[in-house]
Amino acid sequence: MTTAILTQTERSFDALFEDRSAKARASRGQAVTIRHLGKRFGELEVLRGIDLDIPAGQFLAIVGRSGCGKSTLLRILAGLDQPSSGSLSFSHGATDAAVKPRIMFQEPRLLPWQRVLANVEVGLGAERSLPEAEERAFQTLRAVGLEAKAKDWPSVLSGGQRQRVALARALVSRPRVLALDEPLGALDALTRIEMQGLLERVWQAQGFTAILVTHDVAEALTLADRVVMIDEGRISLDIAVDLPRPRRRGSVEIARLEERILKDLIREETPPPEYTI
Amino acid sequence: MSDLAQTGLAPTALSGRDRAEPRNLGKAAHAFALTSGLTPWLLPVLILAAWQLGSQFGLIAANVLPAPSDVVAAGWRLTLNGQLPENIAVSFKRAASGFLLGGSLAFALGLFNGLSKLSERLTDTTIQMVRNIPNLALIPLVILWFGIEEEAKLFLTSLGVFFPIYINTFHGVRTVDSQLVEMGRSYEMSNWELFRRVILPGALPSIFVGVRYALGIMWLTLIVAETIAANSGIGYMAMNAREFMLVDVVVLAIVIYAALGKLADSIVRLLERLCLSWHPAFQKR
Repeated sequence: MTTAILTQTERSFDALFEDRSAKARASRGQAVTIRHLGKRFGELEVLRGIDLDIPAGQFLAIVGRSGCGKSTLLRILAGLDQPSSGSLSFSHGATDAAVKPRIMFQEPRLLPWQRVLANVEVGLGAERSLPEAEERAFQTLRAVGLEAKAKDWPSVLSGGQRQRVALARALVSRPRVLALDEPLGALDALTRIEMQGLLERVWQAQGFTAILVTHDVAEALTLADRVVMIDEGRISLDIAVDLPRPRRRGSVEIARLEERILKDLIREETPPPEYTI
Repeated sequence: MSDLAQTGLAPTALSGRDRAEPRNLGKAAHAFALTSGLTPWLLPVLILAAWQLGSQFGLIAANVLPAPSDVVAAGWRLTLNGQLPENIAVSFKRAASGFLLGGSLAFALGLFNGLSKLSERLTDTTIQMVRNIPNLALIPLVILWFGIEEEAKLFLTSLGVFFPIYINTFHGVRTVDSQLVEMGRSYEMSNWELFRRVILPGALPSIFVGVRYALGIMWLTLIVAETIAANSGIGYMAMNAREFMLVDVVVLAIVIYAALGKLADSIVRLLERLCLSWHPAFQKR
């Protein structure tokens, strides 16, 4: 029984995420519309009038220097903060289930006193009490390749494994918008590349709208359809990344785009000299 | 791991001798684990042996400190005439009821004040003021109020138990990882679920510290209360024996307090291991 399931897993990893009908898949993601969105914390104005249209199912990356307001924007998108001004709306797709946007944090934020499987069940939200909750959690855990760890405490997992459990927890309710707040920032380089691959496969299979905040321009270009740069609370750059997937690290096109974005980032960082000789 | 194996480094780096070493280490560790269960008792047994020998050879006067064998004999005598079991039962009942009453009030108030700012503002200052009065300083007042009835002991022990449990519960609730609370909220946990799944388990290690602390104060208070204002219990038995110069019974009472204290602490440790098995500090290696 177990071996049969395992071989099936190896054969079609993505099948585990697939809805039976292709139509349901296409309509999974939700479009997001942001109009004149502003956020201030007391005197500090973090976001000043953001306008952004994110089509359903798009993989959007938001880059920018630390403190530019990109994480604040993501927290507002995920419903953790309220905007001070402007509006944020989600389109209503064909499916009726109104699943809230899910967020994956930089830290795994697993409950240390619950086993891995129970931690994934937390992600089901109000559906936790349904009889099939455990089965769904287990299936999602299998999809991130950690079904063998279901009965373990989070403390015995490695950093990458913990973040994969956090991904499973975010995905188990089949969200239509997934917000990712530098979820790979604390991982080592190799684990990072593996996790990027996993994220891409999961996104392709589930078709949700993904919004990734990152300070790593190369990561943004590897994963995203579109990269937006935020500077001083405004969108300062918005470019489409129209490259075939899976993308090869270090390809010429990616390098060219990376240079362009980095130039913008660095130009802002070094002020022009005040005098010349 | 698998990456290392693929480079071929891992197998060549381990020579035959290197590989044998961990097995020897494992054997030594195993032998140590066998004896380690008895290690904590080594010192008490040595002290007891020295005490017995000292008494037998007349180094310790019998009216200062009777030999351990005499204490055991006194224990046997009092067990046979029923005095000892009865007094232990009385003391145990007092300790348990005081602990339950004071402990549950403190736990409830600690949770309330940890969770609600309003509740904290209303009561915390008062609690901190009362906390700084040593509960034993109230003995004269308590005797005036309750005489030497059971209420006196119940009042003193529950008061003594209250503060360590209150402070540690409050502290435990307040220091629960706010990132986990935010995570719980983002996954639509209700207030009750948030409390049950995030806040209470997070506060539990701190609450256990409070319980262990409270147990110590519970015995201390009870001993003093029983020696001053009681007509039953182990403390009363000791005071009564003093009147008749029965040093062996006095020492017996002290030994029983030590044993009961150790027993209570062991039970809490066991509970700790059961409830905090997720905690790396309580996991078996």
